[in-house]
Amino acid sequence: MSNGFVNEPMLDLFIFESMQLIEQMESLIIANERSGFYTSDAINEIFRIMHTIKGSSAMMLFNTISTLAHSMEDLFFVLREDKPQNVDYTDLSDLVFEGLDFIKVEIHKIRNGDEADGNPSELINSLRVFQASIKGQDSSPEAMNFAGQTDSHENPSPEKQQYYISKVSRETTSLQNTFQATLRFEPDCGMENLRAFGVVNDLGDLMEEYYHVPEDLDHEDSARAIGEQGFTLFLKTDRSWEEIHRVLIQTIYLKDLQLTQAQNSDLLNNQDLERKILLEDSSDKVSDSSNRDRVTRDFEGKEIHSAVTQQSIINVSVAKLDQLMDLVGEMVIAEAMVIQNPDLNGLELDNFQKAARQLRKITSEMQDMVMAIRMVPLTATFHKMHRIVRDMGKKLGKEVQLEIIGEETEVDKNIIEHISDPLMHLVRNALDHGIESAEDRQAKGKVQGGTISLEAKNAGSDVLVIVKDDGKGLSKDRILKKARENGLLYKSEGDMTDKEIFNLIFLPGFSTKDSVSEFSGRGVGMDVVTKNIETVGGSVSIASTLDKGTTITLAIPLTLAIIDGMNIKVGNSRYTIPIISIKESFRPKEEDIITDPDSHEMIMVRGRCYPILRLHELYGVKTEIIDFVDGIIIMVEHDKKSLCVFADELLGQQQVVVKALPEYIQRLKKISGLTGCTLLGDGSISLILDTAGLISL
Amino acid sequence: MADVIENTMELEEDTQTGRFLTFSLGRESYGIEIKYVTEIIGIQAITEIPELPEYVKGIINLRGKIIPVMDVRLRFKKEAREYNDRTCVIVVDIKDVSIGLIVDSVSEVLTIPEQGIVEPPKMNKGFNNRYIKNIGKVGNDVKLLLDCEKLLTEDELEDLSEVQ
Repeated sequence: MSNGFVNEPMLDLFIFESMQLIEQMESLIIANERSGFYTSDAINEIFRIMHTIKGSSAMMLFNTISTLAHSMEDLFFVLREDKPQNVDYTDLSDLVFEGLDFIKVEIHKIRNGDEADGNPSELINSLRVFQASIKGQDSSPEAMNFAGQTDSHENPSPEKQQYYISKVSRETTSLQNTFQATLRFEPDCGMENLRAFGVVNDLGDLMEEYYHVPEDLDHEDSARAIGEQGFTLFLKTDRSWEEIHRVLIQTIYLKDLQLTQAQNSDLLNNQDLERKILLEDSSDKVSDSSNRDRVTRDFEGKEIHSAVTQQSIINVSVAKLDQLMDLVGEMVIAEAMVIQNPDLNGLELDNFQKAARQLRKITSEMQDMVMAIRMVPLTATFHKMHRIVRDMGKKLGKEVQLEIIGEETEVDKNIIEHISDPLMHLVRNALDHGIESAEDRQAKGKVQGGTISLEAKNAGSDVLVIVKDDGKGLSKDRILKKARENGLLYKSEGDMTDKEIFNLIFLPGFSTKDSVSEFSGRGVGMDVVTKNIETVGGSVSIASTLDKGTTITLAIPLTLAIIDGMNIKVGNSRYTIPIISIKESFRPKEEDIITDPDSHEMIMVRGRCYPILRLHELYGVKTEIIDFVDGIIIMVEHDKKSLCVFADELLGQQQVVVKALPEYIQRLKKISGLTGCTLLGDGSISLILDTAGLISL
Repeated sequence: MADVIENTMELEEDTQTGRFLTFSLGRESYGIEIKYVTEIIGIQAITEIPELPEYVKGIINLRGKIIPVMDVRLRFKKEAREYNDRTCVIVVDIKDVSIGLIVDSVSEVLTIPEQGIVEPPKMNKGFNNRYIKNIGKVGNDVKLLLDCEKLLTEDELEDLSEVQ
């Protein structure tokens, strides 16, 4: 049970890291596939990634993953070492992708707490076949040799022992204890060599010097040796026996452990001489500068390099960031409570005001910083689409290029999670319905290969994500026909604008594709897109020209949590309107007000007529101010529609932290025109108005 | 280790079972299981929310947390009464939903033994006891023990359609 407890964070980390590595690898392969071959850098990188996944999954006892990763690693080892010619890189990519998909599915199972029970043997077989095929073409003796002994390349040395000596500790070898640890693992635990390597890793910095039997943990044979004879580790350390014991005893699948202290450090000293010789040996070898050595060295250098760069980045759980943001939100409110404290009214406090200004500056900087921390570039989300385009294009026999613009645009982490699925739907739709087959395109005189472009850009407080294809465009007639069949028309066809017709495809249960394909056509999809985007407060719009293509634009707010708001008062109630939707506010003149026979009130502003909404009437608030001339008009705009909101007075502008209405109230009813609430400086609650909701009332 | 935690949990449960916070609405005395109660506060400034049933008075700011408040008088279709300094808000946490219950006044915490608790009489019509789970006898007094979960969920649809 204690093991399970210890494993939890490790499991999280494993899942997180593996997914990251897989994503990294996918984009690498996509990038290389386009150029027709894999660069040696890429092969090295993939090799390294597979090696890491193999190791970590074996540590976590996910043997299906580790065996698959192992055969993929083998494959790339051949590619790296033998540099075979005439490799079919498309087939290779297909194979590797299949493998990655398998691993992804397994990791998904693990994440959901299921057994990772997939069977990779078929995949492994095809990997082997492929490996054999490229080796068949490569007749160098080295490659033949390789077929017999996978790891012989990695350890061709005549060395008896391998030492890993950390440079820092060389001088400080006097005050040390020397221990001999013998570990035996449970029989059948598998991958003993990797487990042993894990042990060495766990001890890590605790050891000043060490060596172990068997020496070579990369070797398959060593697994068997450890299984039979146990794993013996000699180490020098300045830690106590207890400390070392504590670390060792945590090893997973440990059957028994013997940890003894050697009184003198003979053990290691005896090896000293040999070591020196060996060091000389290896330096000789370096001067040989064989091709293989260089490759491994480059590879190691790279690893070290990436380790260094990774140190400046840490992974933080989103929950903690959410908490931090909540705290900063509370602080913003508390700050307002202090600075706008009614006790200060009418007092001349120069120094206080100065300090308050400083405080305000710092809090707002801090707020920006917290928001910035949560901002993530869209790169990963966009690059996932490469894979979809590639796979679908192949299956549908369409030649499609994906163009990505502005991937560095950043949006809030929460929002990214909400747009990943919609984006996938949109790209799929564009490929399946939008882009025509090559023949059709030629007949229309278009370039044979279709293009889908994915663009992100900032526009005010919104991020626009635009999915554009140069396909056949939307056919109004077909949409209308379909809508008629499904009874989705709410208006006579003649009256509908192009935009309204196009918007029909966002309705649930609408699909123009007659047959259901693997990718789309089930009539779900577009309405999922709108729903997902609307939950984050965004909007979807669509434009299309027949035979030219379709453009779908998602407008997504940068962030949800803190907005600039204008506080207004109606009777005893306070409301907050997001500043971005306010166009202007003014005191109306009597002569500008128009009332039509249905007693709809309107106002004339610079020759244009806008409807007026009385907030006090809408929400049934008692107020003294009923005449327009006594109150104030706030003109708000959303989606190119404007509305004049009538309130008692403006209270002032303030950054407010958006809080959702309590769950109980949300369950009771969705209140029209309200998105949430916020706390004002005096601790009172203000309701945040939803401009879009008000306009559509 | 887990066993220990479970044990303490059980102990805590034990000290809470059979204990009720009693409050009054007009002449009746009601009881609410103590395990639901988070705290008791005086009446506060309530921000009204439009378009809700009459008994949901609005929301209050409870140290940065925003919770809805419900007037229990109105919920039980009794006539409304002006709030005064005896008026209390009992903050309860039912199935992770926090809500404040506005009551005339809070009385005390009582232990009512199991044998003192009886089921309410069953009648077909004219007696509305859907929120009363049990009736507790304490000496000569009778306490109506509330079914908190029903208070939040029961018949909301009906009430909503009344509003509209």
